Amino acid sequence: MAERVVENLNQALHGLLADDPALTVLGEDLVDPYGGAFKVTRGLSARWPDRVLSTPLSEGGIVGVAGGLALAGQSAIVEIMFSDFVALAFDQILNFASKSTAMYGRRVPMRLVVRCPSGGNRGYGPTHSQSPLKHFVGIPGLSLHEVSPFHDNRAVLAGMLATGRPGLLFEDKVLYTNRMYADGVVDELFRYDLIGPDADVARVRVDEEEQADCVLVVPGGLAARAVAVARELLLRDDIVCQVLVPSRLWPLDADTLLPPIARAGRVVVAEESTAGGTWGAELAQVVHRRLWGALRAPVRLVHSADSVIPTAAHLERTVLVQDTDIRQAVKEVVSGD
Amino acid sequence: MTATRTEAPPIAPTRLAATDLDLLLLIRHFELALLDMFGRGELNGTTHTCLGQEYVPVALRPLLGDDDFVFSNHRGHGHYLARFNDPHGLLAEVMGREGAVCQGVGGSQHILRDRYLSTGVQGESVPVAAGVALHLKRTEPGRLALVYLGDGTWGEGAVYEALNMAALWGLPLLLVVENNGIAQSTPTVAQLAGSIGGRARAFGVDHLRVTSTDTEVVRAALTPVLRRVRERSTPYVVELLTHRVGPHSKGDDSRRPEEIAYARAHDWYARYAQAYPEQFGVHDERQRAYVAQVVADVAGRPASDWAEADRG
Ligand SMILES: Cc1ncc(C[n+]2csc(CCOP(=O)(O)OP(=O)(O)O)c2C)c(N)n1
Repeated sequence: MAERVVENLNQALHGLLADDPALTVLGEDLVDPYGGAFKVTRGLSARWPDRVLSTPLSEGGIVGVAGGLALAGQSAIVEIMFSDFVALAFDQILNFASKSTAMYGRRVPMRLVVRCPSGGNRGYGPTHSQSPLKHFVGIPGLSLHEVSPFHDNRAVLAGMLATGRPGLLFEDKVLYTNRMYADGVVDELFRYDLIGPDADVARVRVDEEEQADCVLVVPGGLAARAVAVARELLLRDDIVCQVLVPSRLWPLDADTLLPPIARAGRVVVAEESTAGGTWGAELAQVVHRRLWGALRAPVRLVHSADSVIPTAAHLERTVLVQDTDIRQAVKEVVSGD
Repeated sequence: MTATRTEAPPIAPTRLAATDLDLLLLIRHFELALLDMFGRGELNGTTHTCLGQEYVPVALRPLLGDDDFVFSNHRGHGHYLARFNDPHGLLAEVMGREGAVCQGVGGSQHILRDRYLSTGVQGESVPVAAGVALHLKRTEPGRLALVYLGDGTWGEGAVYEALNMAALWGLPLLLVVENNGIAQSTPTVAQLAGSIGGRARAFGVDHLRVTSTDTEVVRAALTPVLRRVRERSTPYVVELLTHRVGPHSKGDDSRRPEEIAYARAHDWYARYAQAYPEQFGVHDERQRAYVAQVVADVAGRPASDWAEADRG
């Protein structure tokens, strides 16, 4: 059976630390035997006690320290315990790390990744369940990625560091215990492949079927929800969906996403954040601009409700994007109802 | 100025009034019940219990008035219960049932009721409490704003920004530091340089360190502190050396067995039971049964409702 997403991340960090003696990993409670709040960093400090550091509760400070390591030509990966707290490091990301690559009139590589366990559906409550990715969209010099069950995190993290630009890696917490997909197989109905110049976009489709009624574009955290919807729509409603899951959300790689969207002529973009200045909205405007003639329906966005995220499960469900919201959106786009 | 009260664990703890003992045991059994429910998979999300630290809010209870503000943190059930004696409302909140103090929206660590507030981002509430203290100083002299925080939270910059303003402006802000020697999994020695007393001193803020876990001793030590904060409108840092007997949250205790044994050896509960077995036994049994009743009652309630009008 394929490994769990948390194991894949853990192995990725092991591999990177082994390969790159200039890499430091830091964050709160990373050190063994605790191994991080979600156990992503388990076993790292035992092997590299000098390069895997538990820090004080100092989100702004540690992202700044990581920025200093990067400035000195080293590499750094920071774990923010819950992505909500990356807000405390916003200044270091917005005004220092992302600017430093260019604001001195010459290129200064900044090999820095900030890992952010994000998202809800786990009952952690209003300050521990948000998807803050949208607050970082469009910052010059900053790249945004999201973990998915299709993308090997070793390649994702190595790729992020290699760009010499700082980046944020969002990790939907519900993914951690999910299994990675492997060998191009999703289930008995769906296959996937990785497309685009750097194989960044996972394309999930019915076996050997090129044409789709609708394309669903989602970040990794929503991949399982989107695949479940595609499956149900196929079996119950005879609607064929293709699901596209980019690993890098920003800068947008529209060139890889547009051809399948153009072929289907219909697209739903779903994300767990609230609406307003989002990745999905940016993608929608690119699709409208570049595919206006090919679209058979307006781009449809799906978001969580404009709301605080409640703790109690029955209330949380009413706020966060669920399968039913995505399914409803696809049906509306496909049949106009 | 740093003072230390180093009453070593008294040979025998002070005999407590029934109300204090009941409150201590209510908090203890409430927390045990939560861990039990988590263990059985009946609770969602997470929770941080104050096992071992119950005496802190119980000691402070009679020193606070309804008009004082209390800012709590992630480990706040004891703070809440000592203020409101309302296990039904709190449990309903944690379980998302009817009667929840915040409709089940805030859950274990985001609660607002009257002049009591908790939130889940460490350090965030210290400047907020300073703002409230500024308001109190202007409009209700003699009232204070109390913030509970852990030793680990002294890593956050907001704590220092607030202390600076509180000292400059003479705000009635009392920081009560529950220094349990650990932040989640990280020992204090690995996350705090210098000392909390030294840090308070750097801002010219008075600091008192209390090592006893005896409710009466702690109360006696804190009485003049609160009086001073009220009378002089001045910030104060009280540091209580305490002991986290349970896990950080649900079941995550990676401490070595001897470290856990050390915390247990300082637990007021076992020591009190030993010192006053008859008094203890009666109250312990009563509070245990009461909490079991609360659990049964709240678990039987329908899910909480969050009205559209309350959604902000
Ligand atoms: C800004 C922020 N960073 C991290 C966390 C996660 N977290 C919750 S409690 C905690 C440890 C707090 O330690 P301390 O202040 O000593 O309090 P204790 O848990 O010991 O009572 C951490 C890291 C958080 N809630 N907020």
